[in-house]
Amino acid sequence: MVEAQLSNARDTPAREADAPRESLLARFGSDRPLKLDAGVELSPFQIAYKTYGTLNADKSNAVMVCHALTGDQHVASIHPVTGKPGWWETMVGPGRPIDTDRYFIICPNVVGACMGSSGPASTNPRSGKPWGLDFPVITIRDMVRAQAMLLDELSIESLFAVAGGSMGGMQVLQWAASYPQRVFAALPIACATRHSAQNIAFHEVGRQAVMADPEWRHGRYLLEGTDPRRGLAVARMGAHITYLSDAALHRKFGRRLQDRSNPTFSFDADFEVESYLRHQGSSFVERFDANSYLYLTRAMDYFDLAADYGGVLANAFKDAQTRFCVVSFTSDWLFPTSDSRAIVHALNAGGARVSFAEITTDKGHDAFLLDEPELFAIMRGFLDSAAKARGLAAKG
Amino acid sequence: MLNQPQHDLGVTPGIPDSRRVDLLVVAQMIDYGARVLDVGCGDGELLRLLSETRRVDGRGIELSREGVNQSVAKGLAVIQGDADTDLADYPDDAFDFVVLSQTLQATRRPRQVLEHMLRIGRHAVVSFPNFGHWRIRLQLMFGGHMPRTENLAYSWYDTPNIHFCTIKDFRHLCGEVGAKMEKAVALNAWGKPLRLNAPWWFWNLFGEQAVFLLSRKR
Repeated sequence: MVEAQLSNARDTPAREADAPRESLLARFGSDRPLKLDAGVELSPFQIAYKTYGTLNADKSNAVMVCHALTGDQHVASIHPVTGKPGWWETMVGPGRPIDTDRYFIICPNVVGACMGSSGPASTNPRSGKPWGLDFPVITIRDMVRAQAMLLDELSIESLFAVAGGSMGGMQVLQWAASYPQRVFAALPIACATRHSAQNIAFHEVGRQAVMADPEWRHGRYLLEGTDPRRGLAVARMGAHITYLSDAALHRKFGRRLQDRSNPTFSFDADFEVESYLRHQGSSFVERFDANSYLYLTRAMDYFDLAADYGGVLANAFKDAQTRFCVVSFTSDWLFPTSDSRAIVHALNAGGARVSFAEITTDKGHDAFLLDEPELFAIMRGFLDSAAKARGLAAKG
Repeated sequence: MLNQPQHDLGVTPGIPDSRRVDLLVVAQMIDYGARVLDVGCGDGELLRLLSETRRVDGRGIELSREGVNQSVAKGLAVIQGDADTDLADYPDDAFDFVVLSQTLQATRRPRQVLEHMLRIGRHAVVSFPNFGHWRIRLQLMFGGHMPRTENLAYSWYDTPNIHFCTIKDFRHLCGEVGAKMEKAVALNAWGKPLRLNAPWWFWNLFGEQAVFLLSRKR
């Protein structure tokens, strides 16, 4: 059964990876292992998650929100570590497109992450020490399999909708492929059915930055009391550039200097953009585990939905009854519109009911997290019409 | 000869909006509960009409981003795409009806588009402005300039309409691609259907718009 509890500090100092604050926990004992694509079983394991809104009597209004690479379960409430608002508060909340007054929202932390679901920073129950690199390699399909087990725990047969952007969108696609009967509507945003060579390349640079940090200690930093924060920060800085666009960087920073009128002829952060990236890097390491970063980027790299279906993407969505709403952004060069179009073609070939919109913005990949009124209008319209088809009562 | 189309369109007589009538004529040709693909669906007006009045399972393709986003926000299953390139990706017989409403003249390869429509759907419904209408002929003959009308208000240099045709031309194309004409309706400038027993030359001269229901010849 679910040990739904507001976890408190069990050990001191309480580590978020084992005892997440402001979260619910589902624990799966040795009788219910998570079967991984790597060919091993993860057991016991736990999933940290948050819920918002109320599940209706016939359990037909559940929406699962899947987070991206560096996201977590705190989608629409204050983050316990950073104190910042939820990462998708513009989308999820009362009166928002994913309306907490109307739907029951479940947002789990993915397996492999570091905010309370089992991952490399969690304590290995066998040894009593952090898993580190002994943690098995996780795939997107593993994450979704674990989420389906969570749904079983909550005794929810099927989801009204699954939504997410980027790595979250990959999970959405995997949900629709693995559990078509359990997904009424799917909203994969700014994502792809496989990671491109360029995306794998960027991830590899990030991983190498982490592993080049002498404090990483072959992944044993938690045991040895070191902290590969510089490597992880560099990884984040590089990745962050890929989430923006040339135009957005120019608009925000141009070539402006940071708190100075002339260059210092040194390697200080003379430019605003340098200072901004350094800040992105240093604030990221406060809340994220370096090994988790390796595992989750790996999971994205391994994602290739078509490969699981004989190389034919359309077979992944064969006879799908799920309704799809695919969204891409014009300036997203990490998951360009052509990736979304490939999803749409496969869905069409399978005869699925699909809406697809490309939104004009210069904000790059990150646009899905930002204030994009057109995205809100599309998500709201799609969900409203799907809710009608599902027989969900209109908001009182 | 053509089947006699039924004129129970539910159109209020004297309704001024002739575009609206065109949509109603198209809708009238669609079976209840059919699977419909609307190619060039604009802001989704026809799809909405079809799902409300004919209970169809409707999908749409639209080139313009604004049109797509408006349609999706209405809850319609519409994707951004190009009739000229994207129809090729659809499997055979995926739909009961494939509709091309006021879009034929804006496609790059009308013949290929029509062939794909007949491949993807059991039926094709095509509505288009008739370039053989007498007012258009008069403008070219006596004005000596490229015709502009209320419905076709673009100048020649910025028009999206690159492949105009007359009703006669379209019938010829249907013959070329082996399409069987099941029904046809021509609407005059006030959106009223022309007499059914009128000869084709009369339609070609006085029909401002035409709507054809086609199927594959067996």
